[in-house]
Amino acid sequence: MKISFFRVSIFLLVIFILSVFLFSLDKTKVYDTKNLIGQNIGSFELKSLNNKETINEKLLRKNKFTLINFWASWCAPCRAEHKYLIKIKENSKNIKILGINFKDKENEAAKFILEFGNPYYFLAKDLDGKTSINFGIYGIPESILIDENLKIIKKFIGPINNEDYKIVLKLTK
Amino acid sequence: MKKILFILFYILLNAKNLCLAENTKLQLEIYKNLRCLVCQGQSIADSNSDFAQTIKLVVRDKISEEKSKEEIYDFLTSKYGEWIVYKPKFNKSNFLLWFLPYLVMIFGGVIIFVLLKKRKNHRLN
Repeated sequence: MKISFFRVSIFLLVIFILSVFLFSLDKTKVYDTKNLIGQNIGSFELKSLNNKETINEKLLRKNKFTLINFWASWCAPCRAEHKYLIKIKENSKNIKILGINFKDKENEAAKFILEFGNPYYFLAKDLDGKTSINFGIYGIPESILIDENLKIIKKFIGPINNEDYKIVLKLTK
Repeated sequence: MKKILFILFYILLNAKNLCLAENTKLQLEIYKNLRCLVCQGQSIADSNSDFAQTIKLVVRDKISEEKSKEEIYDFLTSKYGEWIVYKPKFNKSNFLLWFLPYLVMIFGGVIIFVLLKKRKNHRLN
């Protein structure tokens, strides 16, 4: 039986297209920056919210673990996660939280802390958001758990919930 | 003397403007190749989102620090992955993306060639 070249070509093309669909559509790919896990955070320098001190990566080296939390008073999900940050502060001895106030007004940020409590050991401000780009931040709230070597252990994109709280406690035991 | 000073001033002013225009052109070129990660199919150039505004500031800073286009893309890719650039660098995971159009073109050409040859043979017979 003579097989037509044209038919074979069409058949191969169909197989190729189907396999592309099979392998690519099977994956659910939601974009995130979790690929940064395992990398070190770079050097950074931010002013504290009260302008009294400078916060940089050298300060974080002194902590066994640091949770860097990006937040703002205008961010509604930040309010939802705040109670879990307070729980982390109360229940984990090995972790200190660095809050980076993102593109916010200083008085609004201070009001937020007064109203909801202060879970932060360090409180810095990133008024124009440029430093946050060094951390791969693309929306808030986002939190990054790092160890004393400044290596990223875990990234939490979106508000921290009860499950994340348990994960943080487990990782920082 | 006054004339010389005036000419020198004029040249300096134009050189500065030319430099600014070049920087603006470069900024725009970079913005157009960067994807706004929080928008629906918009580039950083098209978007006014918070994220796009911040990326624009960072790109502007990097240009004023005299970083090259490649260095800026490398920096942003290291933070956000290849997804942030519309035109990713050639590597083993995306080689098909680069070569597929050429392969399809060659494959299509071969099919057309074979079909035309067949038709010609058929006519001759």
